[in-house]
Amino acid sequence: MQVTLKGIQLAYDRHNKIFDQLSFHVQDGELLALLGPSGSGKSTILNLIAGLLTPNAGQILFDETDVTKLDARNRNIGMVFQDYALYPQLNVMDNIAFPLKMAHVKKATRREQAQKLAKLVHIESLLTKFPNELSGGQQQRVAIARALAKKPKILLLDEPLSNLDAGLRVELRDEIRHIQQVTGVTTIFVTHDQNDALRIADKIIVLANGVIQQVSTGADLYRHPRNLFVAQFIGSPKINTIPVANLIPYISKEIPASILTQAVTAAFRSESITNDPVANALMTNLPVTMTHQVQIGRDSQTQLQFENNRLISTAISDNYTQKIQTINVAPRGFFLFNDDDVCIWEGDAHD
Amino acid sequence: MINAKPTLKSTLKALLYLAPLLIVTITFTIWPLISSFLMSFYTKYNYFTNQVKAMGGANFAYLWQNPDFHLAVRNTLVFVIGVVPLTVILSLGIALLLNQINWLSSFFRTIYFLPFVTSTVAISLVWNWIFHQDNGLLNALLGGSVDWLNDPHYSLTALIIVCVWRGLGFNIVLFLAGLNNIDNHYYQAAKLDGASAWQQFTNVTLPMLAPITVLITVNEIISSFKVFDQIYALFHGQAGPANADLTMMYYLYQKFYVEGQYPVAAASGVVLFIFIVIITGLAFWYFQRHSIKIWGRRS
Repeated sequence: MQVTLKGIQLAYDRHNKIFDQLSFHVQDGELLALLGPSGSGKSTILNLIAGLLTPNAGQILFDETDVTKLDARNRNIGMVFQDYALYPQLNVMDNIAFPLKMAHVKKATRREQAQKLAKLVHIESLLTKFPNELSGGQQQRVAIARALAKKPKILLLDEPLSNLDAGLRVELRDEIRHIQQVTGVTTIFVTHDQNDALRIADKIIVLANGVIQQVSTGADLYRHPRNLFVAQFIGSPKINTIPVANLIPYISKEIPASILTQAVTAAFRSESITNDPVANALMTNLPVTMTHQVQIGRDSQTQLQFENNRLISTAISDNYTQKIQTINVAPRGFFLFNDDDVCIWEGDAHD
Repeated sequence: MINAKPTLKSTLKALLYLAPLLIVTITFTIWPLISSFLMSFYTKYNYFTNQVKAMGGANFAYLWQNPDFHLAVRNTLVFVIGVVPLTVILSLGIALLLNQINWLSSFFRTIYFLPFVTSTVAISLVWNWIFHQDNGLLNALLGGSVDWLNDPHYSLTALIIVCVWRGLGFNIVLFLAGLNNIDNHYYQAAKLDGASAWQQFTNVTLPMLAPITVLITVNEIISSFKVFDQIYALFHGQAGPANADLTMMYYLYQKFYVEGQYPVAAASGVVLFIFIVIITGLAFWYFQRHSIKIWGRRS
């Protein structure tokens, strides 16, 4: 099912608007990630779609049907809560079958359905256990199975991975993707972790302070951020930012004067900084002091001091002992932002 | 130190800390308990000189044959069966309603709690007016002419009404605390799972309130078995018309203070104790057996 939000406005009171004119669209069968820092309104959007909150203005459409005023009970939505919200007095089987019981499905059919779903999420051996006997990852699987029990048209996941440890997180992340592809259900999942979003989402909506910053694929967000917030939020380590004025003497490539006069902030990815010669270099021979170098798994991160700015590079060769360096900056991964933090120029888009 | 092992010295030190409370408890609770248990077996006994000349089961035999005691047992059981379910259901219902209103909620909570902090005598005075045959509020409302406090057919009902009303406030507060402890996510999940308001009540509210319901029920059973002061105040020092409100506790009081039959009073106390133990034991046994349904775990 397609989901469309049109001009949504939500306010707890007159002065504190959470959303004003929020609109977006989710394709049928898509896995959409709502990505943003805490307090950006991600979970609130889920509650709006689920019908647990009603917008002050605007419309919510499922396909062509206006569901803005429809009760949560009748929207046919499966939702997985951050704390799972499994019913403690019911065992796994009854938890999964609960939505079917509410719909007065016969007991034998209910059990059969629950078993199928348990198999899908790999918990068929736990059916007689109670929620307090399960680990976090197992509870998560039960919650997903319960959300899928009534064959929802839309699946909502609220921070599904944030209570899990690193290993389990990766496992369940792929599991969610797998389940979504098997069932083909339109899925919206909320996360504050870019890794989760970049790994499994078809499309990512980046949110900050209740405003959509950019809607795109993970690769596109990284390569073509629309504004400074997206550039800084996506990518690890965080993108280097420097006032443009500091860099002007080192620019070796033609940048239109009209752009340069508008540009306020320059940002460049850690992999674009290197001490090796670069073809088409955007900037050359920036004098820097190397302050620190660490090996993180496959990558090495080098901290550099350039005038009053700290830079991080992941493209400087390991164990480089010589203290004072000059660096070059490649055009790919270089962006200029204007006064309103909007991206006005990309380093490799003009060759 | 977390891993300290208990030694003789540390045990003695712990005892020393416990001593003040232990001494008070042993003197005023444990020792009277034991001595009244022993007293129930004294058949020839001088209370004032504390001389025991013979012991035996005669006091229990007396109770076994005493029609007044039979009446007291019957009245007590009727009273418990009348009060406990009514109190639990009414206080749950009112707690649910109070939980729904946001407007002036603490005002209404205070109103419902007031009976609990008001003295029994004052309450009885007010209820005496309400129950009055000619000018009473209750008869005016029901349109009847029942002599609630002087007709043996109605006086136990009158007592039950007063006790339920008085017990409500405290139990409502307990239920409200229980309701506040239920995470809103359960209701949201149930709503999305398609549960109607009634289904949410039976599948979320009731099971999650089970522990507090057990507590309230058991507590209410025990305190109902021991009912005394409400009777004393409501019927001006009598056990109701024609002993219609004679309960086991009131029987004990009469035997001890009015008739001076101390060993019989002690024996009736033991019987009351056994009743309470059996009934609360049964209640706990029941809740234990159904603990999976109630708490979602095996115990």
